[in-house]
This record gives sequence, C-alpha cells and structure tokens, in this order.
Amino acid sequence: MDILTSLMDGFAVALTPTNIALAIFGCFVGTLIGALPGLGPVNGVAILIPVAFAMKLEPGSALIMLSCIYYGCMYGGRISSIMLNIPGDEPAIMTTLDGYPMAKKGKAAQALGISAMASFVGATVATIGLTFFAPLLAKAAIYFGPADYFALYVMAFATIGGVAGVNPIKTLIAAMIGLMLASVGLDPATGTARFTFGSYHLYDGFDPIVSIVGLFAISEVIMYFEREANGGADQAVPLNKGLPKIREMFAGFSASLRGSFIGFICGVLPGAGASLGAFVSYSVEKQVSDQDGTFGTGDPRGIAAPEAGNNAASGGALIPMLTLGVPGSGTTAVMLALLISLNIQPGPLLFERQPEIVWGLIASLYLANVVLLVMNVPMVGLFTRLLSLPQWLLMPVVIMVSFIGIYSISHSPFDLLVMIGFGVLGYVLRKLDISLVPVVLGLLLGADMENNLRRALSISGGDFAILFQSWIALVIYAFTALMLALTLAMARRRPKRETI
Amino acid sequence: MKRKLIAVAILATGLSATGASAAECIAPADPGGGWDFTCRTVGRLLTELGIEESPVQVTNMPGGVGAVAFANVAGKRADEADLLVATSTVGVTQIAQGKYPGDVDVMRWVGMLGSDVGVIVVPADSEYQSLDDLMGALKQGPTSVPVAGSSGAGGWDHIRLLMLADTAGMSGDDYKSIRWVQFDGGSPAVTQMMGGQVGAVSTDLGEIAGFVESGDIKILAALSDEPIPAFPDAPTAKSQGYDVTGYNWRGFYTGGDVSEADYDNWVNELKTLYDSDEWKAAAEANGLIPVWRGGAEFETYVQDQSNLMAEISRQIGVIK
Repeated sequence: MDILTSLMDGFAVALTPTNIALAIFGCFVGTLIGALPGLGPVNGVAILIPVAFAMKLEPGSALIMLSCIYYGCMYGGRISSIMLNIPGDEPAIMTTLDGYPMAKKGKAAQALGISAMASFVGATVATIGLTFFAPLLAKAAIYFGPADYFALYVMAFATIGGVAGVNPIKTLIAAMIGLMLASVGLDPATGTARFTFGSYHLYDGFDPIVSIVGLFAISEVIMYFEREANGGADQAVPLNKGLPKIREMFAGFSASLRGSFIGFICGVLPGAGASLGAFVSYSVEKQVSDQDGTFGTGDPRGIAAPEAGNNAASGGALIPMLTLGVPGSGTTAVMLALLISLNIQPGPLLFERQPEIVWGLIASLYLANVVLLVMNVPMVGLFTRLLSLPQWLLMPVVIMVSFIGIYSISHSPFDLLVMIGFGVLGYVLRKLDISLVPVVLGLLLGADMENNLRRALSISGGDFAILFQSWIALVIYAFTALMLALTLAMARRRPKRETI
Repeated sequence: MKRKLIAVAILATGLSATGASAAECIAPADPGGGWDFTCRTVGRLLTELGIEESPVQVTNMPGGVGAVAFANVAGKRADEADLLVATSTVGVTQIAQGKYPGDVDVMRWVGMLGSDVGVIVVPADSEYQSLDDLMGALKQGPTSVPVAGSSGAGGWDHIRLLMLADTAGMSGDDYKSIRWVQFDGGSPAVTQMMGGQVGAVSTDLGEIAGFVESGDIKILAALSDEPIPAFPDAPTAKSQGYDVTGYNWRGFYTGGDVSEADYDNWVNELKTLYDSDEWKAAAEANGLIPVWRGGAEFETYVQDQSNLMAEISRQIGVIK
C-alpha cells in the first residue's frame, strides 16, 4: 500500500497543467527525434537538456519532459524501420525484419498500429515493474557477473542464425563481419589501439548509430540510383489510407507480453540493454511461434515482440540507473548526467532521500505511455503518407536527415565518411543477398560481449573455467542448448519450403 | 510532414551550433561522463552568474579518451579565443603516456576548479577492514584479490592502486600481477564488487559516494592529504603510513596560440566562477573538493604532473 500512496503523490506532482503540457511536448518531439534516422534518444535528450535549463524548469518538470522525450524516442524509432527499412535508432533494427515487409504488402497502417500497441504494452509492463520491484530487482541484478553477461551474449549469438533471411550461412557471415568491425578501436582492458591505422578517430571504434544509418539509409539511396539508372520504375507500394482498426492493433498481443517480459529482464541487467532486449525477444518469439515460417515476411508477432521488448528494456534500464547509479545504455547515461546536473544523486539512497522526484518521474512515465499511444494512433495516417511520396523526393530527404543527424552527434566529418563507407558495404551486402541486421547486431553487441569476456578472464587470471562456474551462466547455457535443440527439431519436422 | 522533419533537423543542429560569438566548451567525451559534467555545469554557471553574456555552448567531441578533441584544437582551433576544453588528471595521464598527438606544452592550461579524491573501497562486510589488511593479502598473494576500477590497465585508477602497492613494499613483478578488472565507470565497478565478483575497487569517490553513505561499502583509504570533508571518519592512506595521494582534478585547457589577453581573460572568468557560492555548492553536490589553481601556477602544475605520470608509468611498465 505504501507504494500506491507514494505513486498517488507522484501523480499529484505529474498532473499539473504545466507538467502535462511538457509531457505532451516531450512525447511529440521524442517521437519525431526517434523517427529520424541517426537522431536517437541519446542526442534527443542531450540536445534538449540545455533547452530545459533555458526554460528555467523545476527539476521535477525538467525530468518529466526529458523522460517523455526518452520514451517518445523509443516509440518513434520504429516508424522509419517500418516505413523505410531504416531503423531510427539502435533498438529498432529488429523491427525492420517484419515491419518493412508488412508495410510493403500495403499494411503499413496495421504495422504501425501493432507496433504502437506493442510499445505501449512493453513500456507499461516495464513501468509497473519499476513501480513495484525496483529496489528488489536492483539487488538481484548485482549478482550478474561478467561471466553471466558473457553467457547471455553467447545465447544471443547462438540464435542469430535463425533470425534473419533464409540462408543461415549468409546470416553467420554477416554476424562475423559485424563482430570483426566491433574489434576496431582501443582495447578496453589495456588501452592498446587495434586496427586504428594511427587515426585517433578510430580509437572509439565504429559508432553503431553511424553504421546503422550508413548500412540502411545510404545503401537504400545507392540502390535507388541503381534502379533509376536501369530505368526501373519504383515499386509502387499499395497504400491503404486511414487508421488501423482497434482489433488489428491487438494482433500479436501475446507476443507483446512475452517480449515485454524478456525485454524487461534485459533492461534491468545493466550490462544488457534495449538492443539485446529487442533481439532476444524476437528470436525467442520466433522459436516459440513461427510454426509456418511466416517470420520475416510481415508477421504481426515479429513486429510486436521486438517492439515490446525494446520499450520494456528502456523502462527496465531505469531501474539500475535510479537505484544504483549505473547506466545500462547511452541514453540512461545521459539521463544520469541530467539528474546529476539537477543535483539529484541517483544511487542506493535516492528512493529514501528524494521520493517526490522518483515517484513524480514514475507517474510521468505512466502519463507518457498513455499520451504516446493516443498520439501515435492518429499519427499513423500522417506517417503512411510518407510512402506515397515519390522516391525522387524522399531519397534526398533521407540523405539530408542522415548527414545532419550523424554530424550533430559528434561534429565529426570523419563520421560522415564512415557512414558513406558503411553505405557502400550495405549496398554490396544487399547485392549478395546478405541480411544487414546481423552485421549491426555483431557490431552492437560484439564489444559488450568482448568486454565481459575480458573482465571475467581478468578476474580469474586467464582461466577459462570461470565461464562455467556460476549457476546463472549454467542456466543460460542450458536454455541456449534447449533453444538450439528446438530449432533443429523444428527444421526436421517442417517440410522444406522452397528457398525464395 | 517532410517540412516538419526538416524543421526538427534544423532545430537540432541549430541548437548544437549557434553563432560564433558565444563561448564554447568542448567535452571530449559522450554526454553523461565527468568531462561532460564539467562543461555543462561550468557553462551553465558562467551564464547564470553573468560572467559570460550569451549561453556557453557545450559540444561533445568523444574519441580516444580526449585525443580527438586535443588533435582538433591543436590542428584547427589553436587560436580561438572563445574556446575551453574540459580535462582532468585522466587526460594528463594520457598525454604523459604519449596517447595524444602532442605534449602538454601544445596547449594553454587555464585552471582547475575542483578535485575528486581517489579511494580504495571494499564491501562493508569485507574481511579487509584496513588498508594494511588489503595490502597484506596482496603481498601474500598478488593474485588473491581481484581489484576493479573505471580505467583500463595503466589508467589513473590502476596507477593509484599500484602506487599504494609500491609504497607497501611490493616488488614491481609482484604488483604487476595484481588482477585488474576494468569497468565502464566507478558505479558499475562498485556494484560488481557488491555482487562478489571482485574484492576491492580503486576509483574516484564522487561517483560512488552514495554507496558509502548507504553503508554498502567502506572506504579503506582516501588518497588525499586531509580527510575528505563529507566523510571525516574515513582514514587517509597517509594516516595509515602509506605516503600516497591521488587526486583527479577537473579543469580546462585552451588552444596554444590564443593571445595572452584572451588567456588571462579565461583565467579571470574561471577564478570569478570559482569564488562563487554556486560553484562550491555544485562541486560539493558532485563529490568534488573545490580547489583552485589557475594561470601560470596551473601550467607549471600540469607540466609537473605530466612528468610524474610519465615516470610512474615507466616504473610500472605501462610505457617504455
């Protein structure tokens, strides 16, 4: 009951007219920033921190606006994944797998509706978890050591073969390319430069967001040039105007619930995060419910699971950030910086010392969820109209937004070159019919996987036995083996479909 | 719709690159870290206190633990009067180890405003209840206690531990074999220690002070001359017979070709900021001890520290 009283107090803080207005503004701006390729929650929040200061907002109000931007970005990231096959931010890459095929079938409105609902479910599950179990979960999460995180990444990569495309070998090649690219930069344990060729710009390796925009957006534009040069007409995407029906939005609802649960756990673990959450949600959902091989061709469950997963993970990531002061991702790191600059010190004492801030924040997350759902449904019509734009108009905009977005991250012309390089790589891979998603997953998760392996080995002094000494890791390995066995069994049972 | 996209994109870039007249502070890291905090807090206070007329622009230029920003300023913006770059002991350590394209004399060092203090912490219920306990255990078996921190091997957190080990009388070969585990910050290192993964943590106090207050962890040694004001009961290493201090100051440099007048102007502005109550409050809230060194005094200090770091790094085998 204590918690409910505190939550009511929180709503009293959040539901003032100013704060509601700020929440709506935050949700709207967040959705747009999330939808723009390259601009993700990290830049969104970082760009708007000075605005919050310039508006001389109370700490509580500033926090409400910026967390609405954070949630809004997570909602918005899916939009360009579905409409353009260009992920708006890192966690949205899994949504391209089924979202874009569904939009191509003329069901863009449904795809957006399903993903809006899944995002809502995921974020709500996470917010409820945050409300009731935050201190408890934070205590549990600290027992996850480097060896356990490594096991988690092993599980993720073990299932990668089945994630995208029909040819597992090509998927593995793509993942290997990603892992190789992830090894560029300073070695985290010793600070030795690897594959940097003396350039300081490569010291931090390839920024995943730069590679995503390059691989997806720039390569899309190159593909367009090629189609035009060959005189090929644009494939007209059949358009269904109007809004998705309520009933359609609930397609894949149970997938949303499963995805939310998995995503939430990944979010709570500071070494995992939203991208892993979306990825594991998708691959587990595929194992569980893809009996007839419709995943990857526009299956509603293939949209619902990763969207619920990434939104639940973003909410879950607030738990270690608030209760331990440990940011699990770039975005929560920015939120952490924001809290600190507002003189709010996240950590074990936050809930006791500044309850009004915490509960005001939690209440505003509930508010943000509702606002985002209500706002996103009518916006579906607006976004589907994007597809009716002629390509010669759309492509220059994609290019412009990509360049501006990437440049605004680090003000580095070098990043633009990297982005173009990735664009060419993306084009080549597409020509070879190799899926781009595993490349990004390899790049995105490879560094964390390596860091945790290195940490485990630093602790044990180089003895690999440490990887199998914790029961958490053993449970994860057992689960991985089970999933692989399931995949093999299903592959046997299912009559061979013709490869497309 | 498209117009809106463009508007947002322009808004986004506009916000991060306003007119040339405003002062700019480069945080050579991603948003969220210590350098970012230094720029944002100092930038905000400079404006709020009316020291700078227009808002100070904060630019994040991550890469190579500050090397990218260093190269950028040295190469292209060495004479820009309106520019500050945030740095700290960590940056000077990198320079001393030859990891930046240039030595400390490439830049003008404006001043430091405050300092974080290095600490050695253990879980509250640890078997090591004093620095002697921990060092004794490490002497007995250098590999018996894995120690974690926020820097990689050879970084400032690691060096501070090795300085203690050296003072404790361990041989170079022995202390080089102490197991060192790198995490992405002090808080992750501490939470992993609470989860039983490592035995002790060597890092700055500021980020992890909450865990000390909550009673989850215990300070075995503060690497400061005097006890830390916020935790007067925590013993210093010096009081336990280890003559080691390890501060991590926060300060700024600017390009090497700025005029003497512009340089002096920055020193004065930062000194005015330092003297304000607002800075003291902001510093304390973030676990920093307000310390001022500015102008020529600071330039000498940085030069000396760089020489010292290079010497220590050679001693412990990080550089040749």
